[in-house]
Amino acid sequence: MLARFATQRLLEIRQAFRQIPQTSRSLSTALNYHLDSPDNNPDLPWEFTDANKAKVKEIISHYPSNYKQSAVIPLLDLAQQQHGGWLPVSAMNAVAKVIEVAPIRVYEVATFYSMFNRSKVGKYHLLVCGTTPCMIRGSREIEDALLKHLGVKRNEVTKDGMFSVGEMECMGCCVNAPMITVADYSNGSEGYTYNYYEDATPERVVEIVELLRRGEKPPRGTQNPKRINCGPEGGNTTLFGEPKAPPCRDLDAC
Amino acid sequence: MGLGLLASRALRSSRIFTSPVSRNAIVRTIVSTPELQNPEASAAAQSPPEDLPIRTPVAGARVEFTNPDDAIEVFVDGYPVKIPKGMTVLQACELAGVDIPRFCYHSRLSIAGNCRMCLVEVEKSPKPVASCAMPALPGMKIKTDTPIAKKAREGVMEFLLMNHPLDCPICDQGGECDLQDQSMAFGSDRGRFTEMKRSVVDKNLGPLVKTVMTRCIQCTRFATEVAGVQDLGMLGRGSGEEIGTYVEKLMTSELSGNVIDICPVGALTSKPFAFKARNWELKGTESIDVTDAVGSNIRIDSRGPEVMRILPRLNEAVSWRDALAVVAEVIHQVKPEEIVGVAGQLSDAESMMALKDFLNKMGSNNIWCEGNGMHPNADLRSGYLLNSGISGLEKADVFLLVGTQPRVEAAMVNARIRKTVRETHAKVGYIGPPTDFNYDYQHLGTGPQTLSEIAEGRHPFYSALSNAKNPVIIVGAGIFERNDKDAIFSVVETIAKKGNIIRPDWNGLNVLLLNAAQAASLDLGLVPISEHSIESAKFVYLMGADDVSLEKVPSDAFVVYQGHHGDQSVYRANVILPAAAFTEKEGTYVNTEGCAQQTLPAVPTVGDARDDWKIIRALSEVAGVRLPYDTLGAIRNRIRTVAPNLLHMDERQPATFSALLKPESGNKMSSTPFGTAVENFYMTNSITRASKIMAQCSAMLLKNMGLLSYTLINSWKISVLILVASKTVGQQLMIPALNKNQHKREPSSSWSLHIIKLKSRDLLPCSKIMVKMSNLPDYIKIWMLSQ
Repeated sequence: MLARFATQRLLEIRQAFRQIPQTSRSLSTALNYHLDSPDNNPDLPWEFTDANKAKVKEIISHYPSNYKQSAVIPLLDLAQQQHGGWLPVSAMNAVAKVIEVAPIRVYEVATFYSMFNRSKVGKYHLLVCGTTPCMIRGSREIEDALLKHLGVKRNEVTKDGMFSVGEMECMGCCVNAPMITVADYSNGSEGYTYNYYEDATPERVVEIVELLRRGEKPPRGTQNPKRINCGPEGGNTTLFGEPKAPPCRDLDAC
Repeated sequence: MGLGLLASRALRSSRIFTSPVSRNAIVRTIVSTPELQNPEASAAAQSPPEDLPIRTPVAGARVEFTNPDDAIEVFVDGYPVKIPKGMTVLQACELAGVDIPRFCYHSRLSIAGNCRMCLVEVEKSPKPVASCAMPALPGMKIKTDTPIAKKAREGVMEFLLMNHPLDCPICDQGGECDLQDQSMAFGSDRGRFTEMKRSVVDKNLGPLVKTVMTRCIQCTRFATEVAGVQDLGMLGRGSGEEIGTYVEKLMTSELSGNVIDICPVGALTSKPFAFKARNWELKGTESIDVTDAVGSNIRIDSRGPEVMRILPRLNEAVSWRDALAVVAEVIHQVKPEEIVGVAGQLSDAESMMALKDFLNKMGSNNIWCEGNGMHPNADLRSGYLLNSGISGLEKADVFLLVGTQPRVEAAMVNARIRKTVRETHAKVGYIGPPTDFNYDYQHLGTGPQTLSEIAEGRHPFYSALSNAKNPVIIVGAGIFERNDKDAIFSVVETIAKKGNIIRPDWNGLNVLLLNAAQAASLDLGLVPISEHSIESAKFVYLMGADDVSLEKVPSDAFVVYQGHHGDQSVYRANVILPAAAFTEKEGTYVNTEGCAQQTLPAVPTVGDARDDWKIIRALSEVAGVRLPYDTLGAIRNRIRTVAPNLLHMDERQPATFSALLKPESGNKMSSTPFGTAVENFYMTNSITRASKIMAQCSAMLLKNMGLLSYTLINSWKISVLILVASKTVGQQLMIPALNKNQHKREPSSSWSLHIIKLKSRDLLPCSKIMVKMSNLPDYIKIWMLSQ
């Protein structure tokens, strides 16, 4: 009896002293609502470039003419590439106009996917994978190293507009965890690349940032020189011989 | 061995010992949900009991079987209940008297199925099912109060309350909140969620709607369907999900206030009413809105002498009674000769019979069917039928088409003529405005002048006609509307006489009717007594009549529109009575060759719509002149006394008597050329005018379209949108952007009528309009005058 009371009291005390939990984790770079700012308001003119207009036409041709709205995601992606990695509200309005839906239908899609950045990002948007395997292998240290090196907070852009750091969900490179992704918007939608840098270490990501700053293109994939792609360090340790054929029942016996 | 251990052993053994008899024994194992552990036991307990207490349907829910074959039986908590096919499990439960908790489901909105509050257990289903979205299947065994269903709802409620603030004391919805009510039944007194609650920034939606978005439970019961505008949306994802407009935007719809009524929680509340009163302090009085002519049903909430707020009211049964009472009252206030009834071109014989009988009992015989003109010749059937028969046309060798373009008026008849022309090289002579035929023809002339030339034998076509073996004259029904109709017919008969067109073995004098209701209406004798009755009418009953020239109706006349697709006449109507469309009712129609045929209900009627004849029958009772028939069979017995041919289904009843008895008409033919009866092949009646496909056909295929009308009547509140396009310029149509209403008429707060007038400066290509149109629902119904 006494023990039960004691446990309950303890729980209550723990509750009371509990730290205020971290503000809700947001993968997106912006709020779920729009606030007008000089570089992001519905009155700014925004249009696809002539080169991209051809792409828009091509994208829309993939869908039936009465289901133009299906093109919303590829078009938002194209608009984001064109606009240096983020989507101002006027770009979303332009997409809504192209696919002939109410703007709110485009906002709904753009707010749903964290890959659509609705606030300014750097020319190189660095995304650190925060999912469990990468987290166990040290993605938090990597993020800290990046933020410290660049002197910014998460989802903040450096003063020179070159870099921003964000978090993303698993990109399926768990075998080479931890990893970061660099979305390169420095050359518009023509030179747009989206590269994975795997087996990252806090030191290596800083080196990558410096290489990018100098305009070089560090080799993508695993950053561990001793590994080839996702093979084990120092060569194979197993599966040396020819693989055995799978067991097969004797067909003649049937 | 300690004492405790011994004791527990003894207990355990005794439990094992007593368990086989525990069902009847006093000692029972304590299991919170025994049925969960033993599904067979629960199934046995649910076997249909014989003497169940009677349950009454929830909130007056009722069902009407248009087609008895479509009835299926399901079991709700063991009670058998008969429902029509296509009903959802939730509706079946309501009929069986079980109120299912729900947040996102609303009977007037489309089904979202995202709140999961309405979970019920269905036998043989591995999981609880969302009853609002699940169609009921025959023999389904639905259980609404089992531990599984209860646990599922408790789980949903716990999730909902996870992020919902406990600020009921300062919430305006308190006391009338669905979440509050349902948490009484399914909520726990404590939650297991110890993290912080989510908070959401409030939105500014204008002067009417106050938002506290943190209270939102994301039921998505909003916007597009309620207010008819696409402003609100679901933004973000997961726990960050919220409802908003993204960019700050005031809700512009005049119906936006209705989202307050729809919101099940306190997220959207009334700004003017904020912190003014609690709903239990208020006295509700059901009343009607008198700020306009619609008489929307409202509830006035007052505290002491002060009116605090006004709410919309949903009361269908009362609405019908009110509507009929209003109509009955007005019809007694006018003189019998001021009563006029017009049957629409889609009316069935039964409802026309009922309308005629009703108006006759009221003392008026000013009733006709649109398209028949003011002096229809209803005495001789040969005067308005396709006497040769549709298949008989193949025997003809010469055709004379008078004022008719069968290609657009009756495509099937045209196909026969085309076949005959192609096979036998039959000659076709045509009198009428220049038009397109898909076979060779001679354009003889445009007006009655040519007709009289043929009659007098001065025209070269006369010899062709008189030398023919089986000559055929087809007169278009468009001529019915002409003032010199009798003169034209007598000239045609002269030709027929001279050309030996009517013989015992061959009747080549034909009338090609335009509308489905025409032949039956003439068979039933829907002939107006006075030509100018509509100009002096005080009471006009339009039974689906949309092509009546409403300018002639005096402005003080009381207009009742009974129909299904809101069209031209709706805007003039004082009362709208929703009726079933031909796809939803059983009715008799007679085609142009005199063959009676029947329609059968293919789909259930939507909302409060009723069969046309039933409405009139009900009205007659309210008006105190009860019609003596209650069933379709009885009304057909009545028809038998008037026009027995209407009861011979699928059998052509040719005109028995076709001698030319008519006296020579005194009045002269005018020289006005014949007109075109069908301007737009794709939009000849209210159904096709409301169809987006027909609008597309019409816009794509007809280059010179005079009028493009599109009606959108929302299921919740009536909002009518008419696009009126002036003459097209090539492929360009003149249309403004849909959200730019250049002229807005608001007959009431619960109706919105947008008439968008088109200016030539808003030029958009044709295809763009069609895409805009394709966003709108294509099958739309009029609902109640009250909502």
